Amino acid sequence: MADSKTLSIRHVTTYSYDEPVSYALQQLRLTPRATAGQVVRDWSCTIRGGTKQLSFTDSYRNMVELVLLADGVTEVEIECAGVVDVEDRNGVVGKLRGFAPLWLYLEETALTAAGNNIGQLVARLKQNCADMDEVSLLHVLSAEILGLVKYEIGQTDASTTAEGAMTVGHGVCQDHAHIMISAARQLGMPARYVSGYLLMDGQTQQDASHAWCEVWTKGLGWIGFDVSNGICPDARYVRVGVGRDYADAAPIRGLRQGNGAENLHVSLQVQQ
Amino acid sequence: MISCRHRKLVDYECMKTEPTCFDEMLLGNDLVRDPYGQYFDWFKMADVKRLRRKSEDAEAFFRKIGITFNVYGQDEADERLIPFDIVPRIIAAKEWRQLERGIEQRVRAINAFLRDIYHRQEIIRAGRIPKKLIAGNAAFTPEMIGVTPPAGVYTHIAGVDLVRTGENDFYVLEDNVRTPSGVSYMLENRETMLHMFPELFTKMKVRSVSSYPDLLRRSLADCAPDRTRTDMPTVAVLTPGIHNSAYFEHAFLADQMGAELVESHDLRVQDGYVAMRTTRGYQRLDVIYRRVDDEYLDPLTFNPNSMLGVPGIMDVYRAGNVTIANAPGTGIADDKALYSYMPDIIEFYTGEKAILKNVPTWRCSEADSLSYVLENLKDLVVKEVHGSGGYGMLVGPAASKKELSAFEAKLRATPDNYIAQPTLALSTVPILSKSGLAPRHVDLRPFVLMAPNRVEITAGGLTRVALKKGSLVVNSSQGGGTKDTWVLED
Repeated sequence: MADSKTLSIRHVTTYSYDEPVSYALQQLRLTPRATAGQVVRDWSCTIRGGTKQLSFTDSYRNMVELVLLADGVTEVEIECAGVVDVEDRNGVVGKLRGFAPLWLYLEETALTAAGNNIGQLVARLKQNCADMDEVSLLHVLSAEILGLVKYEIGQTDASTTAEGAMTVGHGVCQDHAHIMISAARQLGMPARYVSGYLLMDGQTQQDASHAWCEVWTKGLGWIGFDVSNGICPDARYVRVGVGRDYADAAPIRGLRQGNGAENLHVSLQVQQ
Repeated sequence: MISCRHRKLVDYECMKTEPTCFDEMLLGNDLVRDPYGQYFDWFKMADVKRLRRKSEDAEAFFRKIGITFNVYGQDEADERLIPFDIVPRIIAAKEWRQLERGIEQRVRAINAFLRDIYHRQEIIRAGRIPKKLIAGNAAFTPEMIGVTPPAGVYTHIAGVDLVRTGENDFYVLEDNVRTPSGVSYMLENRETMLHMFPELFTKMKVRSVSSYPDLLRRSLADCAPDRTRTDMPTVAVLTPGIHNSAYFEHAFLADQMGAELVESHDLRVQDGYVAMRTTRGYQRLDVIYRRVDDEYLDPLTFNPNSMLGVPGIMDVYRAGNVTIANAPGTGIADDKALYSYMPDIIEFYTGEKAILKNVPTWRCSEADSLSYVLENLKDLVVKEVHGSGGYGMLVGPAASKKELSAFEAKLRATPDNYIAQPTLALSTVPILSKSGLAPRHVDLRPFVLMAPNRVEITAGGLTRVALKKGSLVVNSSQGGGTKDTWVLED
C-alpha cells in the first residue's frame, strides 16, 4: 500500500485597489480535479467583491471559473478551501487525457523558448548522458537546473522567461519548472507546467502556491519533477492547473479597466 | 446567328489579347455562348454612349451610398471606390448546379475537418495529413481544443474563391472561412443593375440574390446556443469600428439583417452571457457575427493589448453561452499550407472525390518543390502561406527581373512561408472599356451559409475583375473591380 495523505487546504487571495474598479474580470484555475492518485473529497471557491459568471473545462482539462468584480469595489477576496486525498505514486501521473495532443507539449511558448543558456545545458546533457534511460536523464536535468539556478525569491517575477531566469541564475519554482520544460522539449520530450499546492514539512502556513513540471516518457507517461525541491511529487502534492506554461495554468488571470495600483495578499494553509 | 462583321463584336475580338484563354461570352469560332445569347442581342441594340452614361451614374450612385474601400499602402487616398463594371458576368443554371454541389461538399468537409482537428485529430492518426502541418501552425488555436461550437457549426459563412479555365474547368483558389468579405458588393451591384437596366431583367430570368441578409440572419439564429430559450435569438455584428476597411459592409449587413451593429465597448460579460448596452440597460446576445480577427477578439484569452475585442467573450463561448460566427480557429482550414491537402481532406470526411478541382501547388517547405519553384519562378504565382488580399504575392510572368530576384531571396530565407502555383489562364468576361467590349480576367466568390442542417449558397456572388488589360490580379486592394454575377434560371 502506497503512502497516502489527506490534505486540508485553505487558500485566500486578496486583491486591493487604490481606486474603485469600474469593470474587471478574473479567470480562475483554482479547482483541483481527480487525477491519478488524487481524489478531491471536498472543494469550494467563494468570492467576496465579485460574482461567478460561468465555468468551463479548458483545453488542458482545467476547471475554469470566470469572476466579474462588483462595480466600484476596492477589494476582492477569493477563498478556496477543501480536502484532497493524495497517494504517493513517485510522480507518475500516467496517460494523456483530454483532446490536447502530445505534440502540443513540444511546442515552444513565449515563456519557455530556449536561448543560449538552455541550449548549452541541453547540449551538455546530450553529450554526457547519451546512454541513460529517460527517467534517469530527467533526474540529472532537474539537479543540473537547481545547481545553475538557485532558489531565491525576488530575483524574478511572473513574466520572467525560462532563458531569463537562467541568465539571472536565481529563481523560484515557476522559473525552475519553465527551464525544465524548455530543456525537456529541446530533448524531444513533451513537457508541461503544473500549478498546485505542497504540504511543506513542519509548517502549516505556506508562502505561496507551488509549481512544478511534468515530462512525458514513453514508458510511464507523464512524470512530475519538482526541481526546486529536487524530488518527484509525492503524497504532499496537490495538482490544480496544467498547461504548456504558466500563462496557460495560472491560478488567476485578470483584466481590469482603469488605473490605480493593485496590491496582492495571499494566505495559504496546507495541513494533514 | 450573330454577324461576325458587327462592329462591337469585332472590337471585342481585336482586344482579345490572349486567344488561348477561355472567354465566357465568345467561343473561339465567333459564337456567343448560350448564357450570354440574350444579353448580347440586347447589347447589339443598345446605345454605347447611353451605357457609358449609365456607368458614370453607377459610380455616382456608389459614391452617394458610400461603398468605398480602404486600400492599404495607398497614402494619397484613405478611401477609394471599387470600380464597378456594368456588363454582367453570366452563368448558366447547369453550370451553377455543378458549382453548388462542389462548394457544398467542400464546406461540409471543412466543417468536419475543424471538428476533428480540435478534438481527436483522426485525420492525423490516419496519416492522411502530416502532423507538422498542424503542429507549429500559428493558425491552429489551442484554446479551441475540445470546444464544440453551438449547433456544431464552425464555418457559418464561407466565401469560396473560384476561377475558371475552360467550359467545365473550375478551380478553387482559396476557401476563405475566417471572415470573408465582399457580400455587400454582391448585393449593391445587383441593386444598381436592377435600377439601371430594368428591361434586361424582364427579358432574362436572373436568380435573385436579395434574400442573402434574411438567409444570413436565419442561418445565424439557427446556430444560437440553447434554442429552446427563445424563438428570436438576438444577433449582433461586431465591428472593429469605422477605421476598418470593411466597415461599410459591417454596417450594411447589420442594417439589412435587422441586427445590432456593435463595437467592443458596447459589450460586456454579465450573468454569464455577453450583454449589449442598450437604452434600456444591458441585453443578452445570443449570436455574434464578428468581423474582428481571432487575435483581437478577447484580450483576456488572446492578445492582451487588443482594444477591439471583448474581455471574457471566449470564456462565455467555451461555457456554451454564446455563438461566435465564424468560430475562432477556423483559419487552420483555409491556411495556404493546408490547401494542397484539400482533396484528401474532402475524401477523408465525405468518402467522395472532390467535385471542384484544386490548383496544383508546390509546397516550398519541401526541398524538391523549393528547387523547382526557384528554377521556374518566372512562370509561377508565389503566395505567402498566411497572407491574404494579394499582399506579398509574386506573379512570375508579370514580375520584373529585380522583383524576381528579391523574391528568390525571400524564398531561400523562409521557404516554409510560401507556396507556389502555376499561373492559370483565368477565363475572361467582357467589360465596357473606352473602345467597347473588352475581355478581362475574372474570379468568383460565391457566399455560403451553413446552419445545423443545411448549406445555402446564394445564386451568384462577387465577380472580381482585373481591369488592367492582361492582368491576372483581381484583388480590389490591387486595383481590381467588380461585376454583377447573374445565375440564370433553367
